[in-house]
Amino acid sequence: MKVIHLAESNRTPLPKSPTGIEGLDEIAHGGLPTGRTTLVSGSAGAGKTVLAMEFLIHGALEYNEPGVFMAFEESEQDLAANFASFGYDLVGMEKEGKLSIDHVHLDRNEISENGGFDLEGLFIRLGNAVDTIHAKRVVLDTIEVLFASIGNEAIVRSELVRLFRWLKDRGLTAIVTGERGGSHLTRYGLEEYVADCVIVLDHRIDGQISTRRLRIVKYRGTLHEMDEHPFLMGEHGISVLPLTSAGLTHSASSERISSGILDLDAMLDGDGFYRGSSVLVSGTAGTGKTSLAFAFLKAACDRGERAIYFGFEESMAQSVRNLASVGMDLKPLVEKGLLHFSTVRPSSLGLEAHLASMHQMIRKVRPTVVAMDPISVFMSVSEKDPVKSMLTRLVDYLKMGQITTIFTHLSNNAQNLEATEQRVSSIMDSWILMRDVDFGDRRRVMLRILKSRGMAHSREMAEFLMSSDGLHLGNSHLTGDIDSSDRKN
Amino acid sequence: MKTQPGLRNKNEPDLPPEWGFRLYIAGETPRSLAAFANLKRVCESNLKGNYEIEVIDLQLHPARAKGDQILAIPSLIRLMPPPTKKIIGDLANEQRLLMGLEITVRNSSTN
Repeated sequence: MKVIHLAESNRTPLPKSPTGIEGLDEIAHGGLPTGRTTLVSGSAGAGKTVLAMEFLIHGALEYNEPGVFMAFEESEQDLAANFASFGYDLVGMEKEGKLSIDHVHLDRNEISENGGFDLEGLFIRLGNAVDTIHAKRVVLDTIEVLFASIGNEAIVRSELVRLFRWLKDRGLTAIVTGERGGSHLTRYGLEEYVADCVIVLDHRIDGQISTRRLRIVKYRGTLHEMDEHPFLMGEHGISVLPLTSAGLTHSASSERISSGILDLDAMLDGDGFYRGSSVLVSGTAGTGKTSLAFAFLKAACDRGERAIYFGFEESMAQSVRNLASVGMDLKPLVEKGLLHFSTVRPSSLGLEAHLASMHQMIRKVRPTVVAMDPISVFMSVSEKDPVKSMLTRLVDYLKMGQITTIFTHLSNNAQNLEATEQRVSSIMDSWILMRDVDFGDRRRVMLRILKSRGMAHSREMAEFLMSSDGLHLGNSHLTGDIDSSDRKN
Repeated sequence: MKTQPGLRNKNEPDLPPEWGFRLYIAGETPRSLAAFANLKRVCESNLKGNYEIEVIDLQLHPARAKGDQILAIPSLIRLMPPPTKKIIGDLANEQRLLMGLEITVRNSSTN
């Protein structure tokens, strides 16, 4: 059994049982309290069952702690089908004795009461399942169904007290789930019985984008983060994005990395971006933001590093074709497994699902550079604030991995280019602005570096030139109204 | 697992009893013993010779709890005649037990 001990100043360390859920163990400083019961509360569809089942799945597969899942709502078949979609084989795990699922079917209409009773049958079922597979972990999801299906609330309450003591006496690390009700954490006040750890899940819809949040509201005898942490329900289950506090502890690299355009490197104090920094490239349509992003990725691939392009507008075939016209041959890099593409339309997935799939791909590919092109698509489908908070966490996540990232942003307001990106620019280390300018009878794309933290970057404006032999910057000293609106720095 | 067959009617020796009950207990607790006694009394009064009670002690057969969806102890299941009915408790209320099992009370003259 793998237990993480966490020393805290004045108290004895509380042994922890890791959940194996990405991010959750981090914010819970190691996991759930070993040998204790944790309450997971949330409204319907908040992800309680997924979190609880993942706790058992990871426990069994990664920490050699078999688990018993008592399902008061879903049948074994439904659970097996639901978790198959996350890539987990519950039936196989049951056959191997790593998991035991018992669906407790309760229908008040089928049962009548006559005289005194207790719930010893529940204890015997649970005990038998625990003994059979030598379980260390238990989930009761959701035990509140007992209140609805058994009329005698006094008996249910006294039996719950007995049940939680029973779990503790047997040293089982348990999760009980409860439905959020009114001003209480759970409809029937389960939190009164579970004193050690309470996790609240929340599922909100902001501007048609679902945002899931997780918060540890109570954790006796240990440190924990009080903040709400966004979490994602991705294709392999839950991953929690630890909040910004982690973001401030990542190490700041002094290593520099080429932008892929020598002239631009020159403007960036001669050496390009800092490794692990985040770069915002914003501009109006057709100014070459995507080309600039690819130049950066290609330079990394040419050094033998891995790169991911997250495209939300063009397919991979389109990108490869378009970039060939400006002298970038991406095909060999894709074939060598250095350049990876992920192209999805934002309308087909919510922001949350997008971020989850990005996380998973980043974990799989382990790139050193990433491009997100463009992030403005999320702004159009969602209110701005959730987007910014999600981006903040994404940026933190990338920085922790020392991944240098270019975010492009399509500005639709030519007059007020900077104001529109103000809200996201604060989390970016560098900000490059591109815009097209009518200059006599020619249309030119002008580029300038609005900011680049930690270096003496050029404040000049340069012309961005795309031709069949690549991307260059032309020296240009333009005057006139184009400069008047972007004096903010 | 022990079986308590009721006395059979001598005129119909080959017919199985029309009434079949299964009582789940967990050890011979006062409550379990009371449930059995209450059930037996009602059966003897009204279904004499035509019933069968199977008692399953979950402490001896814990796996049966899952298969038969038992949570409460004691739990009584009427297996025959169909449909099955489930009653939880020590069956202290005789009138409710008769109603719950849909047993028609015999006239005192037939006893």
